Amino acid sequence: MTSHHYGDTVALTGRSLRHILRSPDTIVTTAIMPIAFLLLFVYVFGGAIDTGSGPYVNYLLPGILLITVASGIAYTAYRLFTDLSGGIIDRFQSMPIARSAVLWGHVVTSLVANSISLAVVIGVAFLMGFRTGASPLAWLVVVGILLLFTLALTWIAVVAGLSAKTVDGASAFSYPLIFLPFLSSAFVPTDTMPGPVRWFAENQPVTSIVNTIRDLFAERAPGADIWAALAWCGGVLVLGYVLATRIHRRRVR
Amino acid sequence: MTAIIDSPPAIRVQGLRKSFRNVEVLRGVDFEVAPGSIFALLGSNGAGKTTTVRILATLLAADGGTATVGGLDVGTHAGRVREEISLTGQFAAVDEILSGRENLVLIAKLRHVPNPAAVADDLLARFDLTDAGGRKAGTYSGGMRRRLDIAMSLIGNPGVVFLDEPTTGLDPQSRIDVWRTITDLAAGGTTILLTTQHLDEAEHLADRIAILHEGRIIANGTLAELRRLLPPTTVEYVEKHPTLEEIFLAIVGTGPASARGADGAASTDGTRES
Repeated sequence: MTSHHYGDTVALTGRSLRHILRSPDTIVTTAIMPIAFLLLFVYVFGGAIDTGSGPYVNYLLPGILLITVASGIAYTAYRLFTDLSGGIIDRFQSMPIARSAVLWGHVVTSLVANSISLAVVIGVAFLMGFRTGASPLAWLVVVGILLLFTLALTWIAVVAGLSAKTVDGASAFSYPLIFLPFLSSAFVPTDTMPGPVRWFAENQPVTSIVNTIRDLFAERAPGADIWAALAWCGGVLVLGYVLATRIHRRRVR
Repeated sequence: MTAIIDSPPAIRVQGLRKSFRNVEVLRGVDFEVAPGSIFALLGSNGAGKTTTVRILATLLAADGGTATVGGLDVGTHAGRVREEISLTGQFAAVDEILSGRENLVLIAKLRHVPNPAAVADDLLARFDLTDAGGRKAGTYSGGMRRRLDIAMSLIGNPGVVFLDEPTTGLDPQSRIDVWRTITDLAAGGTTILLTTQHLDEAEHLADRIAILHEGRIIANGTLAELRRLLPPTTVEYVEKHPTLEEIFLAIVGTGPASARGADGAASTDGTRES
């Protein structure tokens, strides 16, 4: 059965990419909230936030990119839940296809859709004055980290989509993920925060990822943060993947 | 399927049991379906029809008993069974956002048949959907949707087709179309297991009928055999009014006579001399 895994995944990815193509609003709405945050923080709050030298949009963008992904993956949970409750997955699972292709189709689609949303948000940031002298290699690392972050959160979204009882439940899990960057170095430097909050902010995954991307954009060496970022993403990815495949096996044979 | 000479049953179910939490849905179900025949599983809502089909279609594990399709155990040889079967009807959805043609191409790709596009076009023509092939399946009428659904389930020529309440929610004309498709399929050698709550549907289509009630098969036989379970028919003379369905079909002008044929008044059996 595994011999079909690749072909089946391609076929099912094609299916859900068509869904996105036919309702491009899912990509637009994914990008709208991060863009609104970008505008709000750069043009309203930003003037009062002291992040040292350089335009605030440069400081802000990495965190906004993570918020983009966090809101984008909610659609993966939603689409998976709809497929499960609508019965199309029953049809797929009664056919001789690779078992996991149904999940991988949604995961690959999530990577594509989030990449487009991220590109849109980065484009808007450029219009707002974001500038970087990052080398192609640094850009490559940024893209790699964002894709890894998307992949990790997507598998968490798969867990939510597989185990949700209602449509609302399927996407509600992403709210805390969207909120997490606020309790990090994404918007303001952590040194102004009171003790416990600061401790949390400095030790949660978003800060290390944000700092890494910020350093890469600013042409600095990312230091130890990059290893923490990779470890967090890798850990969440493994956890999400193991949970998702376990639930999937129990739910569909 | 066709390679088997002494034709063992296409489907064999023995002592099948299934519970959900504390509710015993199947309490020892037994039946066999001969290759190339139409078998109707008749029962009211909650009788266990869908659970039985889901187990046979490898979507659900049984708690006890055995079920085989084409001689293969659905629990231990699920992968091989899936090559033999196809699921359609109530709970096997079509993709509403894709067009009818894209639905067919997708299934053809997942069934790994050569030339998916040609297979799709062929089925669209066969099921009278060529004109609608480019439209989203979500815009289809109930009858078109069910035709698409059945067309999707025929890709890859499965030997056994499960039809879960294939005509629920259809208008009388579409229902007759679906019935004709089902009899054509069986005539071509496909084994069909259908579930229904409509007695007349089982009566029209099935070679054998099993009545599933509260998780057990309480009767199983041909229509003639089931009739013999009842006391001999008493002869009464009752004025026979046409049913509303007969009137509807006569006015609309699509051959109720051709579809229902010689047994035109079958729905009033109890009052007829036989």
